[in-house]
Order: sequence, then C-alpha cells, then structure tokens
Amino acid sequence: MGFELSTEMTLLIIAAAIATYMTRIGGFLLITRMKTIPPRMEQALNAVPAAVLTTLVAPAFFTSGWDVKIAMLAAMLVGLRYPGLIMLAGGWVAAMACRHLIGL
Amino acid sequence: MNRSEFHRGLKGGIVIALSSAPFAVLFGAVAADNGLSVAEAALMSATVYAGASQLVGIELFGHHVAPWLVILSVFAVNFRHILYSAALAKYIGHFTPVQKFFTFFLLTDPQFAESVKTGEAGKTVSFTWYIAFGMAVYFPWLFFSIVGVYFGKMIGDPKTFAIDVLLPIYFLGLVMGFRRKPGFYPTVIASAFGSVLGYHFVGSPWHVSIGAAVGVLVAALLPLQSTPVPVTAASEVES
Repeated sequence: MGFELSTEMTLLIIAAAIATYMTRIGGFLLITRMKTIPPRMEQALNAVPAAVLTTLVAPAFFTSGWDVKIAMLAAMLVGLRYPGLIMLAGGWVAAMACRHLIGL
Repeated sequence: MNRSEFHRGLKGGIVIALSSAPFAVLFGAVAADNGLSVAEAALMSATVYAGASQLVGIELFGHHVAPWLVILSVFAVNFRHILYSAALAKYIGHFTPVQKFFTFFLLTDPQFAESVKTGEAGKTVSFTWYIAFGMAVYFPWLFFSIVGVYFGKMIGDPKTFAIDVLLPIYFLGLVMGFRRKPGFYPTVIASAFGSVLGYHFVGSPWHVSIGAAVGVLVAALLPLQSTPVPVTAASEVES
C-alpha cells in the first residue's frame, strides 16, 4: 500500500482513461458531424436519459431484498410530490426502519 | 462567471459527492485488496473517473486478465457515455473547444442527467454551472477513493447505515424527473425489462448497455412526436 507507481499499472490506467474519454466525447463527435439529424434518431436521443438511468435502477430493485424494495417504493411515493433530497431522505428512513426496527 | 450559477452547481454536486462517497471508498478498498498502491488508485480515480468501470477494471486486473481485455471491458461498461455525449450536444453548442474538453472529461451519469434537466426546462446549460457541479463531484470522488485505500476495511458493512440504498434511490429520482416527457413509460418499461433480463442471462455490467439499447430502440420506434422542441429566445442569450 505504498506510493509507488508501477509502469505496467500506470500504462493500464492511462489506457483505461483514454478508452473512457473516447466514450465521453464519441457521441458528440459523431452527432456534430451529421448535417441533419433524422427525426427518429432525435426521438431516440431524447429517450437516452430515461433509458440508461432505468438500467441503473431496475436491476437494483429486482435483485435486492425486501428492505431495499420497500425503501425504493417509499422513495418513489415521496418523489411524486417532493424534490430529490427529501426523496432521498424518505428512502433512507424507510431502509433504516426496515433493517433496524422490522429486521427485514 | 456567474456567482449564482456557480453556487447552484456546487450545491447540486455536493449532494452527488455524498451519495457516491461510499462507492469511492469501496473502490479504494477493492483497489488496495487487488494490490494497487495509493498512488495507483488515486491515478485511476483522477483519470478514468467512472465508478463502475473502475471497479470492473480492478476486478479483472486482480484476476490477471489480459490488459487489452481489461481495457475493452472498461470501454464496454462506459459505452453509455457515447449516448450521453450525443444527447448533450444540442445543449452545449455555445461552449468553447477548451470548455468542451473539460465538459466531456467530467461527463458522469448525474452530471448528464442534471444537464439535460436544465436544458429541457428551456434554460441555458452554462459552463460555470457545469464546471462547478463537476468539481464538486470530482474532488470528493478522488478524496474518498484515497480514504478507501486506507480505511476501506475499517468502515465495515455499508448496509448498517443504509448507505447502499442512496445511489439507486438517487438514480430513481433522476428517472422520475423525466416522467412528463413523451414516450417516457414505454421507454422505461422496455429499458427495465432489458436490463433485468440482461442482468440474469448475460450478467453485470452488460445489462446496462443491453437495457439502454432496448429502451432507446423502443423510443425510436414509437410514433413520431410532431412537436419540435421549441427553442426559446431565453436559451439563445445569456451566459
């Protein structure tokens, strides 16, 4: 656990960083080189946020226990009316209650 | 420079920094476990700056997988960012090339979602807001990664304090923020099915790309919305 940087590891990390940066700039480079964007593509691009973020939520819900399921459902109900931070707090309270009061 | 934009960015970013801190600590701990030094773990958080792919990369490295396969896996896990930068393009046309360089470096899931939310509300995505938000996430990510290398094993089970539920709930909130958009429900249902099936039959992290592809494909096949996005005068000026 020292401070040394091995050559092999450093090269691997830099390559991973370049690969990551390519994904982060790639879509922009592709889309700005197109003269016009077909309407279906525009519609698909507009769906990107909801589509991708859902993949970070749905498996987390379906593969975890009742504690997490209840916390996420509670947060969803809170989120229908209140902003993000209150929603986060609501889900957290539900998870704590499930784990420490009910023992789920 | 606009002071209120800067503060708005910092405030938004700090929320993300706190909810992603446990994952940074986890990364640091896993990195140390797989034989990385403090400097190497810090270098990875500072240059790759993408949580899930950092963990995947470290795991594979620990299993002595060939380097090119490690890089390919990192690329695959981060593939969703290609969609992000394409969808972000219409909101950042007014950035200078140098600003764009940093913009893409800092393009994480929450950064993307918050930017699109701002843009869709008809407001200008200002570089000041963007960079403040990005820095408020970036430096804590780096800091907590280093903390993880030293203290990862001491922190114990994040479940005790329900830290593990924060990130999924945060992402759930971001998804819900888009619920009034046309095509929201078919997209989300398709993406949920795709990702859950992908998770079971192919495995993590491929389920992210699979689910996203299914969701985006369904959105593309929906009846076309004839209403073009109104470009308000307000979004042309300012910044």
